[in-house]
Amino acid sequence: MNGTGALVRLALRRDRVLLPAWVLGLSLMVVFSVSATKDLYPTKQSLVSAAETINATAALVAMYGKVYDPTSVGALSLIKLTAFGAALVAILFVFVAVRHTRSEEEAGRLELVSAGVVGRAAPLSAALVVGMGASLVLGALTTIGLGLVGLPWVGAVSFGLGWALSGVVFTAIGGVTAQITTSGRAAIGLGMAAVGVSYAMRAVGDLASGDPGWLSWLSPIGWSQQIRPFAGDRWWVVALPVVATAALVPLAFTLRSHRDLGSGLLPDRPGPARGGITGVSGLAWRLQRGMFFAWVVGAVLMGLVLGSIAHNVTGLLTSPGMRKYIVLLGGEQGLTDAFLAAEVGILGALVAAYAVTATARLRFEESEGHAELLLATATTRTRWAASHFVLALFGVAVIMLVAGAAIGFSHGLAVHDVGRQTYRLVGAAAAQVPAAWVMAGIVMVLFGWVPRWVAGAWGVLVAFIVLGEFGPLWQLPQWVLDLSPFEHSPTLPGGAVGASQLGLLLTAAALLAVAGFARWSTRDLEA
Amino acid sequence: MDSVSPADEDLVVDVEQLVKNFDHTNALDGLDLRVRRGEVHAFLGPNGSGKTTTLRLLLGLLRADSGSMRVLGMDPWHDAATLHRRLAYVPGDVSLWPNLSGGEVIDLLGRLRGGLDPTRRDALIDRFDLDPTKKGRTYSKGNRQKVALIAALASDVDLYLLDEPTAGLDPLMEAAFQDCVRELGRAGKTVLLSSHMLSEAEALSDRVSIIRRGVVVETGTLTQLRHLTRTAVRAEVRVAPRGLDRIPGVHDLGVDGNLVTAQVDPVAMDQLVSALAVAGIVSLVSHPPTLEELFLRHYTDGTS
Repeated sequence: MNGTGALVRLALRRDRVLLPAWVLGLSLMVVFSVSATKDLYPTKQSLVSAAETINATAALVAMYGKVYDPTSVGALSLIKLTAFGAALVAILFVFVAVRHTRSEEEAGRLELVSAGVVGRAAPLSAALVVGMGASLVLGALTTIGLGLVGLPWVGAVSFGLGWALSGVVFTAIGGVTAQITTSGRAAIGLGMAAVGVSYAMRAVGDLASGDPGWLSWLSPIGWSQQIRPFAGDRWWVVALPVVATAALVPLAFTLRSHRDLGSGLLPDRPGPARGGITGVSGLAWRLQRGMFFAWVVGAVLMGLVLGSIAHNVTGLLTSPGMRKYIVLLGGEQGLTDAFLAAEVGILGALVAAYAVTATARLRFEESEGHAELLLATATTRTRWAASHFVLALFGVAVIMLVAGAAIGFSHGLAVHDVGRQTYRLVGAAAAQVPAAWVMAGIVMVLFGWVPRWVAGAWGVLVAFIVLGEFGPLWQLPQWVLDLSPFEHSPTLPGGAVGASQLGLLLTAAALLAVAGFARWSTRDLEA
Repeated sequence: MDSVSPADEDLVVDVEQLVKNFDHTNALDGLDLRVRRGEVHAFLGPNGSGKTTTLRLLLGLLRADSGSMRVLGMDPWHDAATLHRRLAYVPGDVSLWPNLSGGEVIDLLGRLRGGLDPTRRDALIDRFDLDPTKKGRTYSKGNRQKVALIAALASDVDLYLLDEPTAGLDPLMEAAFQDCVRELGRAGKTVLLSSHMLSEAEALSDRVSIIRRGVVVETGTLTQLRHLTRTAVRAEVRVAPRGLDRIPGVHDLGVDGNLVTAQVDPVAMDQLVSALAVAGIVSLVSHPPTLEELFLRHYTDGTS
């Protein structure tokens, strides 16, 4: 543990912009959402009817969870931020935990540090201290913000605690995944998979009978909801994340103490003495295929789960008032389609994250010095950059189509209409591809023009998702909402196929790519 | 320094007044560099003097701010890919893909360069004692360097650009490397080798360019450069000599009883040895200037 203090200071110095920006941004998001929602529902009746509508709409319950007290302003106005917000918090802290452990180790910098008076476990404990400390600060700021906008302080504390503990648990999860893989990217990927799985688990659990079903109780993101801020404030739920953290942290330290610096859990096996990689495209495939297959498997699993719950949607609606509501929305078919379209939309945003990682590989290859080796051969710059870029575009399309097919297949099984549902949902999924390609184009522009800022594409992606989720609530002007490519993706199945919008997205992706490639072939190679 | 100006077609590398700035630092400040066909040319300078920047410019990985540059008669920026078919490069800091084996990397780089000779590849792997089945992440710095070296040396190209190629090699491997470079020299290949290891340049190079703060300050054969400097002499004589301090061209003279030490200009050698002979030489050790001494002259400001 020697040297932990110094490493904590080093981490804070490195994150002096990133961490405060995220923590403040997330806290402000909460404050804005609450103050915007409060004015929307002036009477208790409008509040209750809005909450009941949400609770009766499976797509919304799956996406955000239930409003556990329909008469509570806090519970309603934070519905979008309880589970979804906890997931954003989780993503941030997986990233922070891995960034200061495995990524540093992979880069060889930890070796430099470890040679000093620094205990073997110090980098891990420093990362956990920073991550968990920042989680608590985030929780405190959120609580203060909610109290200041006029919500009850008790609920403000339980909401802040829910977020803080999501951060704490996922810092610990990041600390564990960092011990398992040998690359920082893979550790972050594994941590993100944990976020995705816990989000999906609580979606299924929240839809199940049992209020919520047992799957939600296994999900760290579900725990933030089940504290039920502003809707009963069940303090005992806090014990779950605390116990989980108490189990995960020793696990991370045990894994760390059983391995050498730089190694993962799996031993390195010898590779072939002769190479079968024939060109840069083959190399790009070799470097990216592991991540690609992991995404395909994830997409299939998620698609099967989401598809299997879609037919339950209308079962939730029992009251006569709600029946009327269904008819207004286009009947049961319309409701199911709305649910499916929401799921396909979420997958579209997730696949955009794949587009970012796959394209950002270019920058990693450049800064690691691998590009220097390749570009000193007869490989042109365009050829090399295209090898990863094309793979990213191709990967996005395949993952999305496979996910659509999985949703359609499992929904089709449930409604005895496999052929047609698979066909519809593959089409719906295909319509999400151009927006994700725009994200790949944005990474390409950053790579060409400001290579050091390629990681900023993650911020852009989060900003687009937040715009889509909260922009209308914050009453942002339409042109701001239109900045997000997802705003232009058609709502399918059920909606109209906007050919002109898809054309717009494809044009934007193409222009961004051209701008990025053009600059890349005329700039210096940068370490 | 060049007394003879060779015809342009004999110049494999022809660089004039090359300038390269990074943000606020001036990395190259009017660098001239000429490497002739078939020579092993050492590019010497301390860390941060601009060696790597020059090599990256010669490869078209960086774009020059001004100056002219021809490599194998081509413009490295515009003809990069065509040019690279005819050269092989070993970077100073070789970074391998953690999950690819050394053998895979060697074959990949060879193929991308336009093909490599499998017999030669196997011979080199043997010679450098490399285990090609290990993964990139498990190699030491020296072994990573070997992977890039083998990939470069197994390619049949006209020009080899090697950036501090032996920095991580042990003495045995360094010797193997030197043999390889000599073979390239005999085969009429051109080698430009950057180094701060003077012994390496002395052992291998036909000509040397010394770079300092982005400018080449000396170019020539080692013999030519040695004329610039003094020979160290250490002699034991029977009787204490006198009048040595009056010989022009004898510097740093030390007479301690029967022991004489001095730094001698080439022109004064004759006179000094005669004077010592008069005093009766018991033992005489003289050694030519090392490049260390050349360096000391070029990198220590304020000395003659």
